[in-house]
Amino acid sequence: MVGFLIGRILRVVPTVLGITLVTFTLVRLIPGDPVVAMMGETGLNAVGRERALAMLGLDRPLHEQYLIYLGNILRGDFSRSIGTSESVLKEFLALLPATLELGTAALLLALLVGIPAGVIAAVKRGSLVDHATIVAALSGYSMPVFWWGLLLILLFSGTLGWTPVSGRLGVQFYFEPITGFHLIDSLLVDEPGALTSAVRHVILPAIVLATFPLAVIARMTRSSMLEVLNDDYVRTARAKGLPGWRVVNVHALRNALIPVITVIGLQISVLVTGAVMTETIFSWPGVGKWLLEGVYRRDYPVVQGGVLLLALMVVAVNLLVDLLYGVVNPRIRHAR
Amino acid sequence: MRAEPDVAAMSDAAAQSPARAFLYAFLRHKGAVVGLGVLVLVVLAAIFADVVAPHAPGQQFRDSVLQPPAWTARGSWTFPLGTDPIGRDILSRVIHGARFSLLIAIGVVALSLVAGITIGAIAGFAGGLVDLAAARLMDVLLALPGLLLAIIVVAILGPGMDNAVIAISIVFLPHIVRIARAAVLVELSKTYVAATRLAGAKPVFLLFDTILPNCMAPLLVQAALCFSGAILEAAALGFLGLGAQPPTPEWGTMLADSREFVLRAWWVVTFPGLAILIVVLALNVLGDGLRDALDPRLRRS
Repeated sequence: MVGFLIGRILRVVPTVLGITLVTFTLVRLIPGDPVVAMMGETGLNAVGRERALAMLGLDRPLHEQYLIYLGNILRGDFSRSIGTSESVLKEFLALLPATLELGTAALLLALLVGIPAGVIAAVKRGSLVDHATIVAALSGYSMPVFWWGLLLILLFSGTLGWTPVSGRLGVQFYFEPITGFHLIDSLLVDEPGALTSAVRHVILPAIVLATFPLAVIARMTRSSMLEVLNDDYVRTARAKGLPGWRVVNVHALRNALIPVITVIGLQISVLVTGAVMTETIFSWPGVGKWLLEGVYRRDYPVVQGGVLLLALMVVAVNLLVDLLYGVVNPRIRHAR
Repeated sequence: MRAEPDVAAMSDAAAQSPARAFLYAFLRHKGAVVGLGVLVLVVLAAIFADVVAPHAPGQQFRDSVLQPPAWTARGSWTFPLGTDPIGRDILSRVIHGARFSLLIAIGVVALSLVAGITIGAIAGFAGGLVDLAAARLMDVLLALPGLLLAIIVVAILGPGMDNAVIAISIVFLPHIVRIARAAVLVELSKTYVAATRLAGAKPVFLLFDTILPNCMAPLLVQAALCFSGAILEAAALGFLGLGAQPPTPEWGTMLADSREFVLRAWWVVTFPGLAILIVVLALNVLGDGLRDALDPRLRRS
């Protein structure tokens, strides 16, 4: 068990190093003078330029620059934003709860709708429900996320007027972050109406972000369930005279969920990508929107640090899923 | 009930030739046939856009700004799907947009297939350090979430359609490399490869002429999926202002252009997005059908 854990963790190291190499190279690949790109065209003379190069550490050989970059990251120094002069890590951490809140809401939605939909479709194979699930999943799979968001805004914010168009919370509410999750904080502080406001703000972005993972999870659950339902042990369970719901939900579903867990792990990366789009559409103040604004402003430290931090997060979550998977499923743990 | 004669006919077809078996399996997949039909229509619309579209995509009708579609009260059949905020015909722009989306997707699929197959095939064939280095590199690319990777590449290269093609190709590259590598490894262990090797074939000939043609089935399926993925990603980049630039009638760019009018004029955002959804849906169904038809193990009997 310990060997399995250590092996899996060690396998991540080259990937992490590779990612830092990519983000390091990123800034050096930008066409044009790095000093001008970083400091702006302020009419630097030759001496000033030398000094700027030295200040940015760009006068050293490349491999030395990379080692310095790595050292800085290990010390938690992800450089500073050009726009705000604020530490990139600090900005990232301040916005992260908003993204996590949205991502968690979306993932829960995808699981709570996707798994039951897949199970029902598989059990009632060939029925109207099954066909509806297949078509819905295929549409969700093919949906341009940004358009879907605009359509929902059009319907629920425009025509029906049920939900706000953007933001996380009504402007009349303010409270110091406790957990950073508005849905939880609004329960903890005594602000009547704040929770309702937070829920109404999060619901559309969560639906939009959940659509793709939901479709994938429903599809996977259905096909995995169909396979398991034909297995001998399911027939045995039925033959024993167990009630149908028990056979499906206890005997079959447990085994059918193993491949689904893998797919859920893969969705973390999809959620991060989706967060960039969703946060932009709904002006959700999270890291995705912040990163994209960094791209627009050509704020390279923000882009470099933001991409690195998000990628590290994805790697960490995937590792965690991998480890949990090994703990849950002994077959994985003992394979090689 | 109807399945009985079909099964018999199918085993007949399978006995005759692989091509007929493939065709038979493909035609049985009704969704895939519909998908192919839709796709053919879209390709025709893209090729003959100048003839089919009622107006030029850039022509501005200043008297008919934000006119709703023809079937609504204020609409007219001059502009069947209405006009955008500066009076351009939306139907014409959507039709012309098919060109850009298809061109970007073709570019992405071509670029990522050529690069991916080359890298994957060589990695699988050479093995050892080369294989390890390629695998690690692809791991790194896979660890970076798709759109994020594309955004980085565009951030470096600058926005625009050409750079969007390069960016999306890099996103798809690791998937192609993995499939190509796996397929080559499977073929390498077969006796015909050993026979060709013994006959004195040079490695380059062996790899590209003998082995690769037998690896095409999974790559073809992946290409179909990449095609739909490329259209989605290109539209996403266009929407973020990082892909095709206005006034190009690219679907994602059109959505970005009219985004602020979403609450005032539903038609300006509805139709370009619907076009994306329909094409991507058709491609995905087609990809499913191809996979079922090309993979005999999955073929439904």
